[in-house]
Amino acid sequence: MPKRYLYIWFRYLATDRLAKVRPELRGKSFLLYTPEHGRMVVKASSRQLTKEGISPGMVVADVRAILPSVEVFSADTVAEEKLLNDLAEWCIRYCPVVATDSPDGLILDISGCPHLWGGELSYIQSITNRLRKGGYEVRAAIADTVGAAWAVARYGRNETIIESGKQAEALSSLPPAALRLDDIILQRMDKLGFRQIGQFVSIPRLNLRRRFGDALLMRLDQVLGILPEPLQPVQPAPVYLERLPCLEPIRTVTGIEIAIKRLLEALCERFIQEGKGMRTGILKGYRIDGELEQISIGTNRASRNAIHLFKLFELKIQEIEPALGIELFTLEATLVEDVTENQEALWSTANRDRTAISELLDNIAGKVGIQTIRRYLPQEHYWPERSIKKVSSLDEQPETEWPTDRFRPIHLLPKPEPVDVMVVLPDYPPMHFRYKGEIIRIARADGPERIEQEWWLQNGPPRDYYRVEDDRGARYWLFRLGLYGNKKPQWFLHGYFV
Amino acid sequence: MSDLAEKKEIIRQLKEKILSMEGFCTGADSQLHDFGLGSMSAAFPGGTFPVGAIHELISSSETCAAAANGFMAGLLRTLMKREGFCLWISVGHKLFPPALKFFGIEPHRVIFIDVRREKDGLWIMEQGLKCNALAAVVAEIRDISFAESRRLQLAVETSKVTGFIHRLHPRTENTLACVSRWKIRPLASWTDGLPGVGFPRLEVELVKIRNGRPGIWQFEWRNRSFRLLPDRNQVAVKPAVSPKQRHYA
Repeated sequence: MPKRYLYIWFRYLATDRLAKVRPELRGKSFLLYTPEHGRMVVKASSRQLTKEGISPGMVVADVRAILPSVEVFSADTVAEEKLLNDLAEWCIRYCPVVATDSPDGLILDISGCPHLWGGELSYIQSITNRLRKGGYEVRAAIADTVGAAWAVARYGRNETIIESGKQAEALSSLPPAALRLDDIILQRMDKLGFRQIGQFVSIPRLNLRRRFGDALLMRLDQVLGILPEPLQPVQPAPVYLERLPCLEPIRTVTGIEIAIKRLLEALCERFIQEGKGMRTGILKGYRIDGELEQISIGTNRASRNAIHLFKLFELKIQEIEPALGIELFTLEATLVEDVTENQEALWSTANRDRTAISELLDNIAGKVGIQTIRRYLPQEHYWPERSIKKVSSLDEQPETEWPTDRFRPIHLLPKPEPVDVMVVLPDYPPMHFRYKGEIIRIARADGPERIEQEWWLQNGPPRDYYRVEDDRGARYWLFRLGLYGNKKPQWFLHGYFV
Repeated sequence: MSDLAEKKEIIRQLKEKILSMEGFCTGADSQLHDFGLGSMSAAFPGGTFPVGAIHELISSSETCAAAANGFMAGLLRTLMKREGFCLWISVGHKLFPPALKFFGIEPHRVIFIDVRREKDGLWIMEQGLKCNALAAVVAEIRDISFAESRRLQLAVETSKVTGFIHRLHPRTENTLACVSRWKIRPLASWTDGLPGVGFPRLEVELVKIRNGRPGIWQFEWRNRSFRLLPDRNQVAVKPAVSPKQRHYA
């Protein structure tokens, strides 16, 4: 099959990026600069500014002299490179081999792809329209060689399609710069009066080499397709997807179960080979009436245990409505993580327990939601509400020891409840307090334990905690908010001791 | 005389056999778990606290619930000794994890599950009881029917995980397929005339126990273990406190 290449040139990639980040800049004149030899040099100019005749390479001070109202920003090459990479990955939807051409172009090896979009014209239009809608000014061209597509995209008409084998004709009217040549060669050509490629294509190669060196011949050969030009495609993220087309539409639970099992087996085999595990997965069922049914699961730890993953899906099978039947199942692992089971095999029993527990938690999370599962670790704060922190992972270990130097209640009320108290003397524990209409007489008391607010976190009065026991043996945790002074402090019940 | 001894021995062996068939651990297993309940152990079938079974605790007030949770934590300490994890299911989470440390439990080894509906709690408890990697499953659930409790019992029989159902203000104290029913109440601490609050004391009432003898005992939690108070008559259940005895720190 003859090779076909699509070249996409982002004319104003850097400025389009900034205009997307800061929508107020859209349609304005602004430029990006980089410092160079102690001067600020224009790196990229917006479309409006380019129309005014400002081009990269000028000094910012000069531009300011011409157009005092111009807005100036510093260029971010890293972000631009990343953007180009992202765009390349996005283009994988159109063809599998996409390479970046730094700083502002993409090369797509589209051999055998355009017919899926109904021909090359609608293919190229589909891509350029979508990119334009996304806010990028693009020019694209299709040719047999990378060089020809590059040349036409940058120097020819937009959306040009060069028919197979017609590169020489198409390029003959373009300037020599379209051959991706060095400035030195270009200047020499200009001096000799070569303004179009057609003027020197037919000159014997020996003479061309003597005048301009090997580089020109190499570029010419590349454009004409005599020399191959290798591409370095961007690495697409591996997709963990399994498909199961069904001969007959599936309508029963048993059928769906078998389908899930088969898909999981295939996927888990791949996970085992690659040392990965699934964190989230989506099962999609394509119904024969064109509807799409889908269920998704999540796990606490990356898992590649087909039986366990099946159990998670099993809980949700009821949500699938097969209607007239499902003809195609796909299972995709949308989040995949490395599994480090081999290292943990050293203490195998503990690890097996842990796996069993995390599988149990996955089950629970599938039923009632992940937010209901909590573990707590100590935090180095005395303020009771801040002394613990929630964690979700099973592997996280406390960084500090749990404190045991102070008594803490076994039940802590989520919000301290105000109580009415009778206190003999300030700074004494109460004689009795009234809680929910009941008077509780205090027989014994310990305290106070003063806990101050941490000023770097929050401001407020301190709390004086008392551990008290009533005449029936019940033990409470009371505190007084604030100190006795001009304002009467308030008392609260905050917990129950054993 | 030897005849009688022989018969006794046969009866003892038969008893042990029946107990093991009913799912209680006997003899050798009992060495693994010493709950420190002292002479109270005699009340249990086979003389050991039944593990691999479901216990029911009933609390009638908030303060009793705190005491019951404390008592459970004391038992969990022994169950979780060997690096185990424990599941604690509740509706409206109230337990303050740092307090578990006082009962010898590493609070980060307890996985809390805070459910909104009791039905979910029971489902999770059943799943948890089926997972023998867990040391114990605790559920703070108000109401449970006999059929539901039987499902839990069936799960426990294969996995040998110990389960606790803690019921606060149950609508009815209905019969359950649990091995025991407990009621825990706080008791006034004893400070020997010194000011302050003493070590926590609990009154443990074993209302029902399958193949055992119900009764009432009193414990003090001291130095990370239970201490059976010698005679329950010594400490009054509800000591009358005269105003004179009130001491403040």
